[in-house]
Amino acid sequence: MNAPVKIETTLKDWETDQEVRWCPGCGDYAILKAVQRTLPQLGADPANTVFISGIGCSSRFPYYIESYGFHTIHGRAPAFATGVKLANPELDIWLVTGDGDGLSIGGNHLMHVLRRNVNMQIMLFNNEIYGLTKGQASPTSREGTKSPSTPIGSYDHPARPAAFALGAGARFVARGFDVSKKLPEVLTAAHAHQGAAFVEIFQNCIVYNKDVFDDFAAPKGAEDRQLWLENGKPMLFAGDTKGIALDREALTLKVVDVADGDWEAADVIVHDVANRSLAHMLVEMPFGEFPMALGVLYDDPRPTFEEAVIAEREKASEGKTANLARLLGSGQTWTVDGTAQDPV
Amino acid sequence: MATQQVESPREAAETPEAVVVRFAGDSGDGMQLTGGQFTLSTALAGNDLATFPDFPAEIRAPQGTLFGVSAFQINFGSRQINTAGDAPDVLVAMNPAALKTNIAALKPGGLVIADTGAFTKRNLDKAQYESNPLEDDSLAKYDVLAFDISEKTIEAVKPFGLGNKDALRSKNMWTLGLALWMFDRPRDPIHQWLRAKFRNKPDIADANIAALDAGHAYGETAELAGPLKQLTVPPVPSAPGLYRTVTGAEAVSLGLVAGAQLAELPMFFGGYPITPASAILHHLARLKEFGVTTFQAEDEIAAVCAAIGASYAGQLGVTSSSGPGIALKTEAMGLAIMTELPLVIVNSQRGGPSTGLPTKTEQSDLYQAVYGRNGDASMPVLAARSPSDAFEVAIEACRIAVKYMTPVMLLTDGYIANAAEPWKVPDPAEFEPFPATFLEEPRGEQLLPYKRDEHGARPWIKPGTKGMMHRIGGIEKHQETGNIDYSPDNHQAMTDLRKAKIENIDVPDQEVSLGETSGKLAVVGWGSTFGPIHQAVRKARAKGCDVSHIHVRHVWPLPKNLGELLRGYDNILVPEMNTGQFKTVLRDQFLVDAQPLTKTSGQPFQIAELVTAIGRYFDGIEGNEGGEVEVNRQQLPTMQSGHDDGSLRRETSPQSQEHSS
Repeated sequence: MNAPVKIETTLKDWETDQEVRWCPGCGDYAILKAVQRTLPQLGADPANTVFISGIGCSSRFPYYIESYGFHTIHGRAPAFATGVKLANPELDIWLVTGDGDGLSIGGNHLMHVLRRNVNMQIMLFNNEIYGLTKGQASPTSREGTKSPSTPIGSYDHPARPAAFALGAGARFVARGFDVSKKLPEVLTAAHAHQGAAFVEIFQNCIVYNKDVFDDFAAPKGAEDRQLWLENGKPMLFAGDTKGIALDREALTLKVVDVADGDWEAADVIVHDVANRSLAHMLVEMPFGEFPMALGVLYDDPRPTFEEAVIAEREKASEGKTANLARLLGSGQTWTVDGTAQDPV
Repeated sequence: MATQQVESPREAAETPEAVVVRFAGDSGDGMQLTGGQFTLSTALAGNDLATFPDFPAEIRAPQGTLFGVSAFQINFGSRQINTAGDAPDVLVAMNPAALKTNIAALKPGGLVIADTGAFTKRNLDKAQYESNPLEDDSLAKYDVLAFDISEKTIEAVKPFGLGNKDALRSKNMWTLGLALWMFDRPRDPIHQWLRAKFRNKPDIADANIAALDAGHAYGETAELAGPLKQLTVPPVPSAPGLYRTVTGAEAVSLGLVAGAQLAELPMFFGGYPITPASAILHHLARLKEFGVTTFQAEDEIAAVCAAIGASYAGQLGVTSSSGPGIALKTEAMGLAIMTELPLVIVNSQRGGPSTGLPTKTEQSDLYQAVYGRNGDASMPVLAARSPSDAFEVAIEACRIAVKYMTPVMLLTDGYIANAAEPWKVPDPAEFEPFPATFLEEPRGEQLLPYKRDEHGARPWIKPGTKGMMHRIGGIEKHQETGNIDYSPDNHQAMTDLRKAKIENIDVPDQEVSLGETSGKLAVVGWGSTFGPIHQAVRKARAKGCDVSHIHVRHVWPLPKNLGELLRGYDNILVPEMNTGQFKTVLRDQFLVDAQPLTKTSGQPFQIAELVTAIGRYFDGIEGNEGGEVEVNRQQLPTMQSGHDDGSLRRETSPQSQEHSS
């Protein structure tokens, strides 16, 4: 694939003339702005950019980005996006989905787009609730979530999007949240990754699941509860007074105290985005006891699906011409000469 | 060996017009392969033919069981052949179970060829025979030729050092050799085919050729009393040209490739394995040099969604399945209707609701195709009448999809998909191209992605086109800008526009396939019932009945003149392999008194069944002896298909992994 030509745009160029119809105060607004801020930085070309979504609040996203957009059906956006990418691998595809769309009705498609490694950015807005259908518990809702469909509290175990993605074979897994200033950075890293890049974005549904991420996303005390990962850097948080180390006996992660900035003495792990074992521990790291792991958890590219499809098509076509007349007349044939009469 | 000496009608007719042969054996006996190769040699001998493969749903059903029987029927002759034939003249039974499940279908006086080597106590028990039918008088009304094919095969392949088990795998080739002799067919094409198939295993090729030749030599030299006689079926006079055999699955695939070329588009095919539709995926996967991308998706839904995605990006999206898979694709079809993108959906119908009868044929998805979506979601529906017809119908589906920016459903069925018939190879240059056009700049000052052309089609705009960015989706759109618009007037207008677009598709006027444009009875069919209806009407007309055959290809929208045409007949009979679905559509659209004739046994109509049904409208022919009677307003009683035990079957065996193609 040719390197795409960088285009100069501003945030305004990525706004459509359509009225944004999310609830006032919805986290989706912040994500929309973060994306509209990121695209000019990437030098993205609106004509070459396609936003594809399923159904749900998050999936209205394409209507508000001045590029090509396809608002499809519930859960199936990854399948549409795969067809678009195979038909035109030059297109830069952003997939927008949510916890219900991507992990409930569309879990199967999300799994397969990740394992096939179709080159696109996948943004899963996780608000742990069904917003557009008025607040039912979703597959990421925490146990005990009270909702119209679970009046006494939900009792099914929540899915963990990043763990799901990694388990499905994703080669890029990152996390951010709606109002985070670092979200554009995360999206930029996702865009730079060649292959399916999965980004879980915690998003505040102010109507049905208000402030459910405040534990780590609220500005107050955020330092103590957010672990922003950087490749090659020690896993430090709480003003570098704490770090993540390996508990060698239990083969799990542990929080350690770091005295005087000497993280090496505390055996704090240096983040390696290409270390899959480490990524598995990070996506499983329970928040509460641990800080929330944010940023790029895992990034280790391998050949993409569309490259393989193109290579196969080229190999299969080698030395062959697309001669339809010859194809129709292939196999074992026979000729009836001109003396015969028409069939009865 | 035990041969029954019975006066045979066959003996008098050594140059018959048409012969029906059924090969039946265990799933592992390679009967589909034997049938396929016999078909090929028959085609090469210049006969017209039709075949009917009938196999179990199980891949390797337990050996020797009644439900593990696999059969292949071929009807060939020196006149036009439209069906696989009603009752076989010759039944080749490779074991007791095959004899038991197929004997009732054989014509009285027909010939049974049986392998005594397989009529062991154990196999007789499995087939629930209390005594050996080859040795008691239960087959008295047939000619029986029974000898130890197993032993003769082992003898023939002995020089190649194969064990008994491997040697017995060539039994089908021995039998084929005998059949080739019986009908005076050349062996060369089969020799060539075996050498090509076992290119890397020359020993196996040699052993199979030896078995084939031994079977042939047995017919030639054995001094057999009675029934085994060589028959010559002269070639059918055909229009000059190049011919080949083709199955429906092949013809659909080729038609889609041709359609994409005529539209000047690359093709994207999204599929998911399902019987009997998978063969289309298999064929297309080998045609990448024609700009075909095949994608085996994670499920039926993803297959159609990826195809729609490809259409959105500017290719011709195609998906294919059978009833249960089509049901899963339904929501996505609605999106393709709403976003007005071209798409071809091939439905190879099979029997029953849910899993039903995966390997048997039925036409019971017509309601699903015509009426089966949420909202007012109209979609053109076409039906192929035979394996070779599927080629042209696939091209027509592509044409409509591209011209009108709409999904199109193409109906075939299990019978059409698997059956083979000779095909006069068409010249692609004879088809009118219908190149797709893409909108690359706004037609006026403003970009209007939903502003329609004179056919009611919206413009096709590829993502990647400069300055044409816009958004589409499943939410109701404004009738010109395509922006979200739920307003009452707009939804009314959009519903009307979508409906009008489909209704105004340029469907050719309906013609009468056989007979007159008015009269006492019209037999109206669609899909694969063409063959039996055509032959039945021909026979009834030969007896003087005022009956005509109308065959509908464009099931939705229907030809504009069809209502008027139907009103010209006193009676309308609609034979279908379902409980009367097209009858409902005809009544709904034209308020005509269409009468159903239904069959849902998983087997195609027999000509005789239809002749009987037609006879009820006329005096003096079978089914209506004693004078003209009232039109029978009830469907015929369940037809006896004779050999269908209702079990689900599918065959592959070491030597029958695929049909020849």
